[in-house]
Amino acid sequence: MMEGDEYCKYVSRTAPKTGELKTLLSAFCVGGFICMIGQGFTDLYAYLLPETEESMIGALTSMTMIFIGAAFTGFGIYDKIGSVAGAGSIIPITGFANSIASPAMEFRKEGIIFGLMAKMFVIAGPVIVTGVVSSVIVGAIYRIIAVV
Amino acid sequence: MEWWEYILKYGKVFLVGGAVCLIGQLLINKTKMTSARILVTFLLFGVVLEAVGVFGYIKEWGGAGITIPITGFGSSLAKGAIDGSKISLFHAVTFGLASVSAGLTAAIVFGFLVALIFKSKPKKL
Repeated sequence: MMEGDEYCKYVSRTAPKTGELKTLLSAFCVGGFICMIGQGFTDLYAYLLPETEESMIGALTSMTMIFIGAAFTGFGIYDKIGSVAGAGSIIPITGFANSIASPAMEFRKEGIIFGLMAKMFVIAGPVIVTGVVSSVIVGAIYRIIAVV
Repeated sequence: MEWWEYILKYGKVFLVGGAVCLIGQLLINKTKMTSARILVTFLLFGVVLEAVGVFGYIKEWGGAGITIPITGFGSSLAKGAIDGSKISLFHAVTFGLASVSAGLTAAIVFGFLVALIFKSKPKKL
């Protein structure tokens, strides 16, 4: 029998190496490519809606990318991209959409409320909580600085 | 804009966006972080960059390369809070979430609809 530590070493020694350079390169290329698509939508919306303020163009771009991420998840394409791209598909906003749509689909069989609706936040929940709490902290600190 | 200016601009977007994801992949390879941890880490990264005032400079150079990754989500949260802090404490603590309401609404509604329409395929292991 092997102890825990020993077993971990054994696994890391014998598990097939994924080729670190390859994973880094594919993450870089896929991530960069997704961002270029996002820039494309930003430029397109800025061209179509010239009077619109920048923040709304950004919001429209996010919504479009989220739609694409969710739709690709539905068709099962995003998982295929993810198995190659790793962080290149997780970090862009499309990956955030995937992190909501994917568990929602998977747990739908456990019911709409306790399956789909509850489990859709398995990954997004921590992200949203972190974001809201940190934005409150930032806002409070800036307010204190503004008042003092 | 000339055609070569577009190539330069989109090249920068590709570089910055690629670099962010490369750092993420490095973290995954080195620490075996899960995707939830990666997303939280980069979100906080965006919040901090915005709070210290660096995010705007990166955005000016790299455009969507820094706003499309989840760092952009964090930046919007912090930027909303900072804008709100100029009005009152109430706005300072509520404007963060308000500024990402479009993205959050889209993510929840599209995620919900996709799960209603599509059936999850059994995963190949």
